[in-house]
Amino acid sequence: MREACGRAFAGSESPPISAADIRRWAIAVYHPETPPPQFWDEEYAAASVHGGIVAPEEFNPFAWTAALDHRASREGPRSAFVEQGLGIAAPVCEHDLFGGVEIEYTGERMRPGDVIQSRSRLRRYWEREGSLGLMLFTETEVRWTRASDLIKVQRNVMIRY
Amino acid sequence: MHANERRVPALGALIAPFERRSEPGAWNRFAAVNDEFVAIHMDDDAGRQAGFPSAFGMGNLQLAYLHAAVRQWMRDGDQLTAVTCRYRRPSLKNTQVVARGLVTGVTTAERETTIELEIWTEDEMGTRLSDGVARVRRRR
Repeated sequence: MREACGRAFAGSESPPISAADIRRWAIAVYHPETPPPQFWDEEYAAASVHGGIVAPEEFNPFAWTAALDHRASREGPRSAFVEQGLGIAAPVCEHDLFGGVEIEYTGERMRPGDVIQSRSRLRRYWEREGSLGLMLFTETEVRWTRASDLIKVQRNVMIRY
Repeated sequence: MHANERRVPALGALIAPFERRSEPGAWNRFAAVNDEFVAIHMDDDAGRQAGFPSAFGMGNLQLAYLHAAVRQWMRDGDQLTAVTCRYRRPSLKNTQVVARGLVTGVTTAERETTIELEIWTEDEMGTRLSDGVARVRRRR
């Protein structure tokens, strides 16, 4: 498995982001309060520093695209997506947790109509004894771009046990 | 006070908390937009099988709350340049999740100020659920 570190394991392109996608994301995050108007009020957003509606920085335009890919072409647990993408055997683990994240934002904001490209690679594996037993940590890196504009670089740690 | 001084926060300043109830209604709304219908977030039995007392909220939702807390503190024109978050404990069912932040660093250059914040989520007892760092660029 360690020989696969550094290799790309996934790439995807989002469908065009809609204003409704952004509005629904903001509603989900800010519920039960009304989200800030820059995420849903066209008139307000047009007069803001952004000049129009922008997505919250953490918005995910790939959510349901990933679900379709998963259903169409993959078998096995959802947590094995890294190894499946690399074409190597996945570790046998019953559970998985999201361990942490490091995100660098460039300042490019996602907006309605944008199509976002994603490229993911495996950075490293390591093991550690935890309160729930021996745990496998997997660090991946994903880069999101809009054409040639880099939007963010995100490193994720997944914990499996 | 000089205009630029108003734009530089004091070290140790706390940002306003962003607080939400950790409960299935909130999780379901987030699952619907992030395709995160994962058993440990939907089913108490699955949460217990994973070693926890119940189903629990998504790490991505805590991450979104941390972003929301920093965003509501940011001013027009500020740019969020980095966020890190390490998860310590899950947000269990029917507890509070409070996202907080504290100004820990201010670096001033000719045209901009970089502000670093310690950020974290905690439950209603003050037990930390996650912690990390946010970095914000503020133009002078």
